[in-house]
Amino acid sequence: MKQPYHLQVNGRDCAVEAEPRKILADVLREDCGLTGTHIGCEHGVCGACTILLDGKPVRSCLVFGIQAQGADIRTVEGLADGDELHPLQQAFMEHHALQCGFCTPGFLMLGAALWESGAKPTEAELQALLSSNLCRCTGYGNIQKAIASALDARDQAPKRSGEGAP
Amino acid sequence: MKVAPFHYHAPASKQEALDLLAHYEPEDARILAGGQSLIPMMAFRLARPGHLIDINRIPGLHGIDLRGDAIYIGAIARHAAFEKPIEPGPTGRLLADVAAAIGHAPIRSRGTFCGSLANADPASEWCMTATALGARMRIEKSGALRELEASEFFFGIMTTALEADEMLTGLTLPRLPADARHGFYETSRRAGDFALGAALAIYRLQDGRMQDARIVLAGAEPHPRRLADAEACLNGEVPSDAAFRAAAEAAANAIDPLTDGQVDAGLRCDIARAVCHRALLRSLA
Repeated sequence: MKQPYHLQVNGRDCAVEAEPRKILADVLREDCGLTGTHIGCEHGVCGACTILLDGKPVRSCLVFGIQAQGADIRTVEGLADGDELHPLQQAFMEHHALQCGFCTPGFLMLGAALWESGAKPTEAELQALLSSNLCRCTGYGNIQKAIASALDARDQAPKRSGEGAP
Repeated sequence: MKVAPFHYHAPASKQEALDLLAHYEPEDARILAGGQSLIPMMAFRLARPGHLIDINRIPGLHGIDLRGDAIYIGAIARHAAFEKPIEPGPTGRLLADVAAAIGHAPIRSRGTFCGSLANADPASEWCMTATALGARMRIEKSGALRELEASEFFFGIMTTALEADEMLTGLTLPRLPADARHGFYETSRRAGDFALGAALAIYRLQDGRMQDARIVLAGAEPHPRRLADAEACLNGEVPSDAAFRAAAEAAANAIDPLTDGQVDAGLRCDIARAVCHRALLRSLA
């Protein structure tokens, strides 16, 4: 039976009416209209549906939407500031870190978790983190380069306005 | 696939959760903790619980308590909580080494230590760790509490001593003594996959000789257990490649190997020998 509840997605309230069995990824796409979160395997292996839940990267196919009430949910739609791409997105463009784009939102949100944590991973640590998600076209080298260069830029440049806002 | 319908409960207290479990147990009620094993099984419809009792909103179950002689781990303590050593001693370092091998970062930010034990996958790193450290399980149902040693808790593949109306509400891990050394090694086909084999070796180094050796494998048998024959190869010996190889050989001979489409009995024993040897080598690092 459908149940009404509210989610906070990218700082906005989203009223949902859905069955408890509906995974967060489906709720985001179908009830919140945010189709940037992609669904690949639906059992936690591919990472395409990775989002941030209270700042931490999680598989949105392994959380039910109803469980995410009260949490700060961040999706790929929350990265850009209007027409201004997030530095991670810009770096993905510059380093050719995407081709078909299916896995991209998941990789961006993995990168966003790093970006916002302030962490400076070693090359090995970044590789270990990125092993979480699958890409089937460009390969991982350029994704790794893009995220590494964005993190370098983060640590050198002053924060842009609005950075870190939900 | 989409999961089958269920009734969702989000109790605000442990007591309420245990009461719900007792009440709905005949309709296949399950505790939902991190969900990183249960939800995939539901997606494949290998599990179709009638009721899910979500314990994520219960205060007091998230904590790790370092104050006592033993480390207390609550039912909702996530894998990620162990990625950095939770304490400066050998136990904290051991837990951090093992935590890094569990799934991927997004799995670790959600999945729980106790959930891994209750699920009891043969390849579970925490089941192996709990067995090696002699964890004491805190098992509750409405109106009753019992405690079990790890050696009494695991029965078989994804089978434990937990009854349908019981919940693993936490566990304690005895701290390792300061002279304890450990080595952990895991192998899988791809990063983050279930282990084809993993080994955890612990011993105390006293006057240059190994004592109180403990060797436990994951992914090798239906459930983890201490391998006494392998441990006996270490006790009283000076750490050496010869002693480590003897222990690894004894471990490979001792197991009743799990087999599946990828790994036959011979290969599983070879993997067990290799991971045991490499874990022991890492104890010297």
